[in-house]
Amino acid sequence: MDVEGIDPSTGTDTAMPLPGSPVVASVLERFPDATYELRAYASSSVTYHAITVPVGDWVAFAEAARDAGFDTFIDIAAVDHYTDAPRFEVALNLLNMEAVERIVVSTRVPYDQPSVPTLTDVFPGANFYEREAFDLIGIEFPGHPDLTRILLPDDWEGHPLRKDYAVGSVPVEFKAGSANL
Amino acid sequence: MTDTTNATSGDEAVPDEGPETTGSEPGSAEERRRLHDVWVSGTEERFPFSGATNEGAQELLSRADEPALAVQEGVLVVDDYVTDPEVIDEERQIINMGPQHPSTHGVLRLQLELEGETVRRVKPIVGYLHTGMEKTAETLSYSQGSTNVTRMDYLSPFHNELVFSLATEQLLGIDVPPRADAIRVLMTELNRVASHLLWAATMGMDIGALSMMIYGWREREVCLDFFEKTTGLRMNHNYIRPGGVAADLPDGWEEDVEDLIRLVNIGIAEYEELLNENPIFLDRTLGVGVITPDECKAYGITGPIARASGITWDLRKAMPYCGIEQYEFDVPTGLHGDVFDRYIVRMEEIRQSLRIVAQVVEAMPRGDYRNPDPKVTPPPRKRINESMEALIHHFKLFTEGIVVPPGTAYQSVEGPRGELGCYLVSKGGARPWRMHWRAPSFAAVQALPMMMTDALVADVVAALASVDPVLGDVDR
Repeated sequence: MDVEGIDPSTGTDTAMPLPGSPVVASVLERFPDATYELRAYASSSVTYHAITVPVGDWVAFAEAARDAGFDTFIDIAAVDHYTDAPRFEVALNLLNMEAVERIVVSTRVPYDQPSVPTLTDVFPGANFYEREAFDLIGIEFPGHPDLTRILLPDDWEGHPLRKDYAVGSVPVEFKAGSANL
Repeated sequence: MTDTTNATSGDEAVPDEGPETTGSEPGSAEERRRLHDVWVSGTEERFPFSGATNEGAQELLSRADEPALAVQEGVLVVDDYVTDPEVIDEERQIINMGPQHPSTHGVLRLQLELEGETVRRVKPIVGYLHTGMEKTAETLSYSQGSTNVTRMDYLSPFHNELVFSLATEQLLGIDVPPRADAIRVLMTELNRVASHLLWAATMGMDIGALSMMIYGWREREVCLDFFEKTTGLRMNHNYIRPGGVAADLPDGWEEDVEDLIRLVNIGIAEYEELLNENPIFLDRTLGVGVITPDECKAYGITGPIARASGITWDLRKAMPYCGIEQYEFDVPTGLHGDVFDRYIVRMEEIRQSLRIVAQVVEAMPRGDYRNPDPKVTPPPRKRINESMEALIHHFKLFTEGIVVPPGTAYQSVEGPRGELGCYLVSKGGARPWRMHWRAPSFAAVQALPMMMTDALVADVVAALASVDPVLGDVDR
């Protein structure tokens, strides 16, 4: 289990071994490989639960979370942790409106197999977000119904939000200005 | 599929059979994914797109494996339009609405499959405004970051700046003074008013109430005048920054805000007189573009659209930020989830935002408007002459920037279009390692087929207007 999947956060009670929230605990107890951390919003008492799971548990965890009330799909973010061992991170953000809890579930996949099973069967809203992660970071989502580029043109080469994709620049010629302004 | 020669102009001599090396069927999802893997021109793959049309992957899927259709089967659409069961294929046509279309609120392209006047399928195609702002954010320091993010959703710049600043502050583990919180609440709530007023204007024009365009813009201008007086700019302010706000409120701001509240309240009373019982407006909006609460949750739709469907969820109440919980306000919700309810909800949200603003004017705390931490806030000009440390801090802040410890943060605020989120990853240093933007319009555009399928073409415009997409937010 890759514990470094989530970096240590700041200003929060990271020592808490188990979630205080019963609804989050009910999901977590079924996934022994998951790690858990409580984080707090800035200048606020609002907290959210950061969880990491192995990629094998990805879909099962999302289903369990949905059935436990985390049924509002919010976001899928992809991160390229270039030079760190499992290179890519995919983070799913879910809301439980009844319990007023938010979980951010993340998993890590290696460079040579950047493949995370699709969540479109669990949350149809994952469709565009997975296409975005595929387009910009180059993570594949097997089972996705239409995994094509979404923001970039179809014939674009490479995945620009990878860290080894250069920013690029246009050279600008600065001509000598007049000294007597 | 017959139009491949245009796609590979100059290569007509090559038989146009598409890549045959894989066992998968041309057009299948697997094949399409394979075609979009990274390829380098000049390698053995001759024409990676020769099997597709010259639109690449942007055609509609074949009806057999269209996943959206399966999802839509769960949607109760009372289809009272006459459909001929023997519609021949020639009567089905595919129309592109946009990207240059006046009612798409930017460069959104909707591919509509029509059966006569009835829309049978919709595919939103985005990306025309993509400028790689998330990549740009990785090259900018945290103090430059709010200049970048404020241009994403250009109708709610303050919310963008706020969520970026809060995410940075979460990583830094710092608080801001109470006055900064109050100013942030004041500006973001006024921004919500301005954004909803512009929505009312464009929405009115989209469905034929042309004078709404003038009225909505008129009241929005009052808000923008106040923004200009406070921040120096009408849009893209770069006013809310990590650690506080850029400047204190201008002299006489209380009177300006009170005038604003009075004028906008008069304005929205006029709109409601104009629209609420207008039979044309009601015909165009009642029961149009319905989305159910379950669909909202499954598609990540938040904000006024979800509240119009009856979801009582507002991040200002549920996960408050900037001390907004100390102000009294109500969360309006609708019942039917149609265009009319979204209109009602937004009008009421304007009133509630003005109510918050009035309370901020009453209870504005005194004190500093920036965090006093010298590693975050540059020293005042005068201190630089007196103190060596102040000079060093000033130099470090403006050459290197704010140094943020490693970590991952997610922060969200209730934007005018729903949950606006920032997923910020830092590996230490003065620049974000990764900034992912949770854009509310992106989720809303994805759900457009839910609202438009089996409706009339004219209702497509009404449904699209009611969603209030900002394509700068969708494409980033």
